Amino acid sequence: MSSAIINFKKYRYLLYELTKKNIKLKYRRSYLGIIWTLLEPILTTIVLTIVFINFRGKKDHTFPIYILTGRLLYSFFSQATKQAMKSIRNNSGMIKKVYVPKYMYPLSNILSSYIVFAISLIVLIGAMFIFKVYPTKYILNSFIPLFLILVLSLGFGLILATLAVFFRDMEYLWEVTLMLIMYTAAIFYDPAKIEDQWVFYCNPIYHIIVNFRNCIYGHPLDMQALKISMAYSFISFFIGLILFYKKQDKFILYI
Amino acid sequence: MNKEVVKVENVSMKFNLMENKVDNLKEYVIKLIKNELRYQEFWALKNISFAVNKGDRLGILGLNGAGKSTLLKIIAGVLKATEGKVTVKGKIAPLLELGAGFDPQYTGAENIYLYGAVLGYPKEFLRKKFDEIVEFSELGEFINVPLKNYSSGMKARLGFAIATIVEPDILILDEVLSVGDAKFRKKSEKRILDMFDKGATVLFVSHTIEQVKAICNRAIILDNGSLVADGHVDEVCKIYEENYIERETGVMKPRKEKDKKSKKKKKKKPADEVVGKEAGQNPEAEVSNTAVNHSEEKADKEKLNNINLNNINDVKESILATEPDKDINTYIEENNDLLK
Repeated sequence: MSSAIINFKKYRYLLYELTKKNIKLKYRRSYLGIIWTLLEPILTTIVLTIVFINFRGKKDHTFPIYILTGRLLYSFFSQATKQAMKSIRNNSGMIKKVYVPKYMYPLSNILSSYIVFAISLIVLIGAMFIFKVYPTKYILNSFIPLFLILVLSLGFGLILATLAVFFRDMEYLWEVTLMLIMYTAAIFYDPAKIEDQWVFYCNPIYHIIVNFRNCIYGHPLDMQALKISMAYSFISFFIGLILFYKKQDKFILYI
Repeated sequence: MNKEVVKVENVSMKFNLMENKVDNLKEYVIKLIKNELRYQEFWALKNISFAVNKGDRLGILGLNGAGKSTLLKIIAGVLKATEGKVTVKGKIAPLLELGAGFDPQYTGAENIYLYGAVLGYPKEFLRKKFDEIVEFSELGEFINVPLKNYSSGMKARLGFAIATIVEPDILILDEVLSVGDAKFRKKSEKRILDMFDKGATVLFVSHTIEQVKAICNRAIILDNGSLVADGHVDEVCKIYEENYIERETGVMKPRKEKDKKSKKKKKKKPADEVVGKEAGQNPEAEVSNTAVNHSEEKADKEKLNNINLNNINDVKESILATEPDKDINTYIEENNDLLK
């Protein structure tokens, strides 16, 4: 364990460099560059609002905030896990040639997605003032769901990265799963109107979204949702850690 | 001084060569049910044990596919041995695959930091050595151009400059001495020789016996994954020559148009070997003469063999001695590559 920490210290600069590279190269050669981080959630929120406002009833003027909170968390989760899953294969050239702690690849991908996500929260802050959802003291709680979504993404990212090395199919399977997660996460509808409540318990990000909305709308944290989301996050994190650690030496033989 | 810095204990490496690679779930399940999951086991290394003391320069000899690169990769930490243990003490600089980790979209300058980080150097160190790396790689203005526009020689030069900026305790060389053009090669050889002088422990893989003799003081032979000889470089090289070189040249039939050349080469072989060791006058003169007579490619090869660059002066003298009527300057001109 202590040798792992020493090793991490030696390579933490690499983690910084890889994370920086992911962000830099993502928008290099595009004219708007990092502005896309802000533009993308704005545009999708506008579309979703136009489409789903009729289901919601026109009286709810904060509906865009409702969509934006769910949409931002979901898009971080999907980006982070997808990139982490592909990180081992995308870096196969490097893995075959030089020694680098292998968790660096999924970890740097998730961290860069997280930074992009943090920047896109600016859109949410702006929208809150436009739609007059003013922050209360409960906004301070928001670091809890924001932290849990990171842990959850790390857990899923490590599990998927390991599985995708041995089975290419994982990449397609996960695309489908992500779509299911999106539709069952109550991003653009009211969960109370759904009869089968069990689908929300199967969704790893739903309870994080619930609590994040509570923070933004100025409600206290939902304790049951907190417990469930913590269980999802930490259990997946430990499974991912153990699975990745046990299988990492075999990666090179399969990529 | 007798401290073991690299210790390889009973290392074995197994690869599964699947007849058809199963990498999707459906096939895997079907084959699992049918009990058709067959792996063809292949042991690239079998029970290898040796230790390298501080300051030792170990040459690793073996035919293609003998497991040399696998062994080096295990020592460098890229591969993990199926069985056995490898302990390495000290800073290790594997000059195995230069430039692994370069990003083609990054500029040269950005890649210096990226590749440096891949090799585990801290940021402050890279910042301090940045100018030195740029200068050594001779890239000049090109340092701010994306790597994808580099020539392969430029990439190799940059990779070499970054990888050798440290002063390693252990140096792993896999025939990287041939980087870039002749001028740069000379520079890179000098840098490596400097590292030798500073007492670095060296693991060196090569097919060329002359190089191994020039560099190493100890050698091992790998054959099909097994360690078959271990000892002083001269003895081991002799064993290698007797048991493997003949076999190798027997297999590699020279092409028709090169028939003549290769015959000469074979004849010359013993002369070549003496060069490294005895530095006698006559064989050297012979070597240099053939170098002049044949193509530049040949001269290059000859030069690589004479890794000890000091020999060049001896060569000059010997030329003068054997053909005093010919002007030395014409020789220098003809041998420009050599003498640079």
